[in-house]
Amino acid sequence: MAATILAVDDSASMRQMVSFTLKHAGYEVIQAADGVEALEYARNNSVSLVLTDVNMPRMDGITLVRELRLLAGYKFTPMLVLTTEAAPEKKMQGKQAGATGWLVKPFNPEKLLATIAKVL
Amino acid sequence: MSIDQEMEEILQLFFEESFEGLDTMESGLLTLDGGANRETINTIFRAAHSIKGGAGTFGFMEISGFTHSVETLLDEMRNGSRGVTPDALQVLLQAVDVIREMVQSAQAKRPIVMVGAAALSSELLRILAQKGAPANSAPAGAVPNAEAAAGAPAALGDPPASGLPKSDKPDGAVGTAVDGTPPVGTLEGWRIVFEPDSSLFKTCNDPMRIFDELANLGPLEVEVNTAKLPHFGELDPTQCFLSWTLLLRCAAEHARVAEVFDWVDANSKIVYEPIYGAAVPAGVPSRPIAELAPAGGPRPMTAAEVPAAQASAPKSGGESGSLRVATEKVDALINLVGELVITQSMLGRFAEKYEPQDIESLRRSLAQLTRNTRELQESVLQIRMLPIGFSFNRFPRLVHDLSRKLGKKVDLKLSGENTELDKTVLEKISDPLVHLVRNALDHGLESPEARLAAGKSDTGTLELNAFHEGGSIVIEVKDDGAGLNKERILAKARERGLVDADAQLSDDNIYNLIFVAGFSTADTISDVSGRGVGMDVVRRNINDLGGHVQILSAPGRGSTIRIRLPLTLAILEGQMLRVGKEIYVASLVSIIETVQSKREDLSCVAGRTELFKHRSDFLPIIRLYDLFGIEPDSRDITDGLLVVLEAEGRRVAMLVDELLAQQQVVIKSLETNFKQVPGLAGATIHGDGTVALILDVPGLVRTFLERQSMQVGRAA
Amino acid sequence: MTDHELTVNGPTAQKSADEGGSRQYLSFFLGGQEYATDILRVQEIKGWDTVTRVPYSPNYILGVINLRGAIVPVVDPRVRFALEKAPFDSATVVIVVRVAGARGERIVGLVVDAVSDVYSFSDEDIRPPPDAVGSVDQMFVLGLAKLEDKLLIVLDIERLIISSVLGDSKAA
Repeated sequence: MAATILAVDDSASMRQMVSFTLKHAGYEVIQAADGVEALEYARNNSVSLVLTDVNMPRMDGITLVRELRLLAGYKFTPMLVLTTEAAPEKKMQGKQAGATGWLVKPFNPEKLLATIAKVL
Repeated sequence: MSIDQEMEEILQLFFEESFEGLDTMESGLLTLDGGANRETINTIFRAAHSIKGGAGTFGFMEISGFTHSVETLLDEMRNGSRGVTPDALQVLLQAVDVIREMVQSAQAKRPIVMVGAAALSSELLRILAQKGAPANSAPAGAVPNAEAAAGAPAALGDPPASGLPKSDKPDGAVGTAVDGTPPVGTLEGWRIVFEPDSSLFKTCNDPMRIFDELANLGPLEVEVNTAKLPHFGELDPTQCFLSWTLLLRCAAEHARVAEVFDWVDANSKIVYEPIYGAAVPAGVPSRPIAELAPAGGPRPMTAAEVPAAQASAPKSGGESGSLRVATEKVDALINLVGELVITQSMLGRFAEKYEPQDIESLRRSLAQLTRNTRELQESVLQIRMLPIGFSFNRFPRLVHDLSRKLGKKVDLKLSGENTELDKTVLEKISDPLVHLVRNALDHGLESPEARLAAGKSDTGTLELNAFHEGGSIVIEVKDDGAGLNKERILAKARERGLVDADAQLSDDNIYNLIFVAGFSTADTISDVSGRGVGMDVVRRNINDLGGHVQILSAPGRGSTIRIRLPLTLAILEGQMLRVGKEIYVASLVSIIETVQSKREDLSCVAGRTELFKHRSDFLPIIRLYDLFGIEPDSRDITDGLLVVLEAEGRRVAMLVDELLAQQQVVIKSLETNFKQVPGLAGATIHGDGTVALILDVPGLVRTFLERQSMQVGRAA
Repeated sequence: MTDHELTVNGPTAQKSADEGGSRQYLSFFLGGQEYATDILRVQEIKGWDTVTRVPYSPNYILGVINLRGAIVPVVDPRVRFALEKAPFDSATVVIVVRVAGARGERIVGLVVDAVSDVYSFSDEDIRPPPDAVGSVDQMFVLGLAKLEDKLLIVLDIERLIISSVLGDSKAA
C-alpha cells in the first residue's frame, strides 16, 4: 500500500502543488486547509507522514504538531514543518513541539521528494 | 490530464489566490487607517506570507523577493515592534499595487517588469531601517536575481546577516572544528561523535536515517557506544540511550556534513573532527561568501514611475472569458431543463395521436411550455449576473488615494453592492464609474476649508448606490459638494460656440452640456480629471450599453449622476413599430412617449429642418421611411405617429405608421453572417419566424443630427 | 423542386477528393444558364421564404432570413449580374452556402432559379474560361466543366458571396 501523506497549508495552490508532486511520486495525499481540519482527520485516520505549513488561520502548524503528538497513533509519525528563511526560530519551535524536522520554503519538487524519502 | 495541464491549473489557482490575497491585504490596510487592529494585521501578514511562499515555490523570484520586505514590515507591525503609521500604510498600499502588477504579468506570461518596484523597495527598506530593526529582520533571504535583463533589483540592499542559506552554518554551532587555522594537508574525512538527547525518538528522528544520508557522502564506519544503556528491565524503548562515533571518508566541507544533522543538532552533542591527509599547500577551502554579496542596491529605473494616486491596473474591471457561477444557479438550471423535457414529452404525445377533444390538453401543455421557457431564460441570464459589488470594491482604495492626493476629506458610502447585473454590462460600466467618481472628488466636493466656510462638515460624503427598478439597474454617484454651476457651464458653452448667445436652455439641457466632448469648466486641469475627454466617452459607453444617464444637481448641496442600464445585453424590452411593410424594434429605454401630431405643432426651419413642438421643446423630426428607403403608408406627418426618442442628451421625434406590441426581444447580431448596418443595432426573430430589425436609436439620432447640421452649414 | 429543405453537408466539411481526385458539384440555373459550385460549401437547400429588407444595402441583397435562429443574408445573383429573372415562385430556391471569412464562418443564402443535379468531376475537367462566359463577372468564374452532354460554368462561390455581402462590389 502506498504511503499516505497529510499535507496541511491554507494556500490551495501550495497544497495542490505539493499534492501533485507527491502523487506523481506514488504517494497518496490527504489535503487539509488548516490545523483544525488536519487534527479532525488525524483523530480518525492514520497517515505515514504529516507535512504542515506554519502560518495558518484557526490553528497554526506548530500547535498542530503539538496536538498531533498527543494522539496515540501519531506518537511516532514523522512530521515536517514548512518554514521560511525569515523565521528561523520556527524551526526550533517546531522541534520543541515535536516535529521531526523541517523543510524551508521555497522548495522545489526534488527537494520535497528527497526530504520525504529520508523519513519514510 | 497531462502534467503540463495540471501544472497550468495549479499555477492559475496560485494566481487567483494571490489576487484574492492582495485584495484582502488592500481592504485590510484601508481599515487599519482608522486604527490598528491585531487581527487585521495578522490577516494581512498571512496573505503576504502566502503570496511570498507561493511565488517562491512556483519560481517567481521577483515577486517573492519584493514581497519579502513587505512581509518583514508587516511582521514587525504584528509583533508590536513597529507602530502602524499612515506613511507606512501608504507605502504598503503601493506595494500591493506593485505586487498585483507583477502577478498580472506572471499570469499573462510576460516578463515581470520592475517599474516602480525598485523605488518602492528602497522606500520599504528605508522605513525598515528607520526603527533600527535588529539584524535578523533585515531582508536576508532575498534571492539575488542574476538576470540583468529583468532589471530586478539584485538582493534587496542589505548584506545577509544571519539566516544564510544552508551552505554556511554560523560559527557557533556545536562541535565545529573549523577555526581558520591553515590545515596540514587535504581534507580526507571526518570523525564525528554523535550523542543525541534521550528524547531523540520522540520526534521520530531515526539515527539510521541520518547514517544512511551520511553514507551517501562517502564510506562510513559506525561504532556504537552503549555505555548509557540501562538495565533491560528499566529500558524505555522510546528513549535513546545510545551514542555513536562515526568515521566518514569524504572530502566534503563541514557545512555539508553538519547539514545531515540539521534536525537533531539542537538537542544533541556533536563533535566534528576533520581528518587530513598528506600536506598540500592549497589553502583553506573558502566558502562561497562572494556569491552572497549583494549587487549594490536597486538599479535606478528610467521608466516613469506609476503615479501614486492612480489606481493601478483594474482588478475586476478587465474583461475575462470565463465566469464563476454559484452551484445553486447551475442546479436551478438543471431542474428547469428537466421540467422542459417533461413538457416536451407531453407535447410529443400529441404528435403521435391527436383527437379533437385533446385541444384543451394541448393548450395547457403549450402554456406550460411557455412558462418553462421563460423560467429557463431567466435562469440562464442569471448565470451571467454578477453583483455590482465586484465593481464597487475598487472604490474604497481609489477614494482613499485620491482624497489624500487632493487634500480632501471624504466619507465613501456604498449601498446595493449585491445588486446583480450582466457580466459584460458590469465590465463596461466600471471605467465610466471610475471617471464619475474621480470627477465628483475633484470638482464636486470642496476642500475642507471651503466646506466649513459654507457651513458644512469638513468631510464630504460620496455615495455609490445601486438598485433594481423596473427591468433596469440604476446606479447613482451622489456627492454633497458644491453642485454644478449653471452659469459657469453656460458661459463656457457659449464661449465654445456650442450654444447660441441667446438660446434659452432648461436646467437639464445645461447640465447635459458637460457630456460634450472637450468640455470642462475646471480652472486647472489636474491629472485626475479636467481634461474634458472623459464625460462624453462616459455617456457614449452608457448609451452603447442601451442605457441612459441623467444629472441632478442643487447648487451648494451637491450633484447626483443617475445611470440606468438594462439588466442584460442579450434581451431588450422593445417597442415594435411599423413603417410601411417593415417592422422594426426600438428599445423602450430610449422612448419617452408616442404622440399624434397636429398641423399647428409642425414647423419648418431654413426650408429643411422639420420641427415638432412637444411641450416646450422643438424636436427635429426624423422620417424613418426616408432614411431607410421604405414606402410608408403616408407621407403626411399628421397621419402617422411621432415617437419621441431620447438619445445622447437630445430628443427627436421619429415618424412611424403604427405602434405594435411591446415585448421582450432576443438580440441577435447582424454581423455574424452579414455586416454592421448603420442605424441598426441587431435583429430579432418575430413570433411568426420572420426577422425584425432592431433600431440603433443613439446611432440614428447621431447620424441624423450630423447630417442636419451639415446641410444647414451648406445652405448657409 | 419541391419546397422542402435538403441538408447536403454537415458542419465540418473537409476538402477531400475521393478516388480519382474528383469532387462533387451542385449545379443550378441562373438566368437560363447552368452553373456549378463545390458541394462541400453547400449547407442546405431551402425553399423561398419571406425576407426582411435591410436598409443601406445594394439591391442584390434581398435582406435577411431566419435560418433556425441564425440571421442569414440572402443574395440574388440574378439582380447583381442583371440576368433574366425568373419570378419568385414555389420553384425558386435558396442555396445556403457556408464560406470561410476572417472572423469565422459565414452562412449566406443564394437565390437561384432552380437546382439541377449533382455531378462529379475532377480539376482536370475544368478548363479555363474564355473571355466572356455567361453573364457572371469573370472574377467569380473558376472555369468551364465539360461533361458528356453539357457545359457547366464553375463558380468561385466563396469569392462571389464575400464580395456581395461585404459590398466591395462593382456591379457587373
